[in-house]
Amino acid sequence: MVLTSWRSPALRVLLLGVLALLCMVGFMTVNVQTDWDFILQYRGSRLLALLLTACAIGISTVLFQTITHSRLLTPALMGFDVLYVLVQTLALLVWGGSQLAEWAPSLRFAMQVLVMVALALLLFRLLFSGSVRSLHLMILLGMLAGMLFRELSELGARVLDPSEFGISTGVPQASFRRINTQLLGAAAVALTLGGLLLLRWWRCLDVLSLGRDITINLGVAHGRVVLGIMAVVAILVSVATVLVGPTLFFGLLIANLAYWFTGSQRHCWTLPASVLAGIICLVGGQVLLEHVLASPLPLALVIELAGGLLFIALLMRGVRQ
Amino acid sequence: MGALWLFLLLGLVVVLGLCSLNVGASRMNLLHVLTADPDDRISKILFVSRLPRTIALILAGAALAVAGAMLQMMARNRLVDTSTTGPMAAAALGMLVLAIALPQGLPLWGRFLIVSAFAAGGILLFLGVLQRMPLRSALIVPLVGLVMAGVIHAGSGLLAHHFDLSQSLRAWNSGDFSAVLRGRYELLWIAAGLTGAAMLLADRFTVIGMGRDFATNIGVNYSLLMGAGVVLVAMIVGSVVVTAGVIPFIGLVAPNLVRLLVGDNLRRSIPLVALLGAALLLAADLLGRLLIHPYEVPSSNLLSIGGCVVFLAVLLQGRAKWS
Repeated sequence: MVLTSWRSPALRVLLLGVLALLCMVGFMTVNVQTDWDFILQYRGSRLLALLLTACAIGISTVLFQTITHSRLLTPALMGFDVLYVLVQTLALLVWGGSQLAEWAPSLRFAMQVLVMVALALLLFRLLFSGSVRSLHLMILLGMLAGMLFRELSELGARVLDPSEFGISTGVPQASFRRINTQLLGAAAVALTLGGLLLLRWWRCLDVLSLGRDITINLGVAHGRVVLGIMAVVAILVSVATVLVGPTLFFGLLIANLAYWFTGSQRHCWTLPASVLAGIICLVGGQVLLEHVLASPLPLALVIELAGGLLFIALLMRGVRQ
Repeated sequence: MGALWLFLLLGLVVVLGLCSLNVGASRMNLLHVLTADPDDRISKILFVSRLPRTIALILAGAALAVAGAMLQMMARNRLVDTSTTGPMAAAALGMLVLAIALPQGLPLWGRFLIVSAFAAGGILLFLGVLQRMPLRSALIVPLVGLVMAGVIHAGSGLLAHHFDLSQSLRAWNSGDFSAVLRGRYELLWIAAGLTGAAMLLADRFTVIGMGRDFATNIGVNYSLLMGAGVVLVAMIVGSVVVTAGVIPFIGLVAPNLVRLLVGDNLRRSIPLVALLGAALLLAADLLGRLLIHPYEVPSSNLLSIGGCVVFLAVLLQGRAKWS
């Protein structure tokens, strides 16, 4: 009895939830020395940003893997994170910094998200219309596209501001410590919008993972639904990137943790599990590195390294089979 | 056919080299050298800065292109390069380790040897991983290479962050030739010598590219030649990284373009590969100097953009073949 209930995904997701909650409590309470008002304001906003990031990356990665039928492809690997950075740089190049600075930051963010959705849909149509069949080719194309976008935004940053300082902030590395809390509100709104959009296709998700032909057979308008979900993915990627910067392997790490831990294919379990795994990695990792180990190592780099090794392992297993 | 391309590329390198001598923050006219006395300001700029830079560009471009072609034969795959598989990233890691372990600095020779050793480690790691893997698709090789370079890169990022050297690592990773002056590029003559040696060995490497059994069968000492190849490529990478930093994609683009022009025989094509590599690096550096004049865009940035586009085009062209 105990054994069988341990296998149920619901219990496992619950366990993850408890762990995530513990991490959050730890994040807010460990090493508190000053008064609570300051702590609530300072750590609270950072915690909120980390939660939003975990939601955005966790959901977008699982969705992307569902519509591409692969556990190796993630939006970050296909270069979508860096595409958002490129959109930001291009906006600065086209309109000029001073003119853009007059706009409200949230309005700027909304504009960039719209452009990002359009570009992401275009790219997705180009790559996944069936002309590229090999998974390895797809990953290679995605990694090269990511590299291209990164170098292009770096070039844009240099053209904008040739002095050294501007260059070092051209393509920011992901950082979970230096978070852009200015856009928290806008990011939360965008995330909610993305979630509401997703609700429309919630019932199709499990069907989609059966494959294109079966999906169509079961009466789902495959092409339209996939494009809609891709738009949601683009919005979520923008949210995560504007908050912490472009990541590469974080999504891969938490999505695969979620599949492995729940042992289930159903989105009602894998989506929350992926988000919770993201929260545990981000918030728990931050507590561990910052307060317990008192290490100056940035969490983002540690996670990227772990995710990179996981990627090699998955790739090798795929090749061997 | 080959001779025609040889002349065309030689002409291109000469024209680009002359442009490179003429472009910079201060204006000058090459003919001035013939008339004025050899000690004035303009002649000094020419002989201390412009000429060394141009020579360094030509030597480094040719050497990297040849190193790329050799690595492609050794890995038996056309889609790899020293920058996309690990050797360059390993060499940058070597620079980092040197800066951490011996902050007071080593003589140039010491640095060159240690960084080359790291590059050799990167090549051996890559070739070792390839040997242990069933290679069912031609694409798995560049893919594994890219990921390995990424992991080495991330590891050096962590190390650099710990020792507060992130800025320096960034500088080594985006190579350019703006700091090249007389006295700071002579290491590249070694690369030139190695390039020459590689050219002499070119036909043997064509045989290596056909696999161990075939090579042994026609009487080539496979292990010895592989070892020589690793040493040559590593020292070329080491000398370029010590002088200018990481210069990406030349070793991928030049051999593949030449292959389109004259085919697969390395002995016939390797002079073209070297010339095209030199022309590519000269062009990237020139463009970088002109784009936001009088500032500079590192040539590695422009080469990455161009190289990614070419690589993407090659992949999409052949997608039917690779699926």
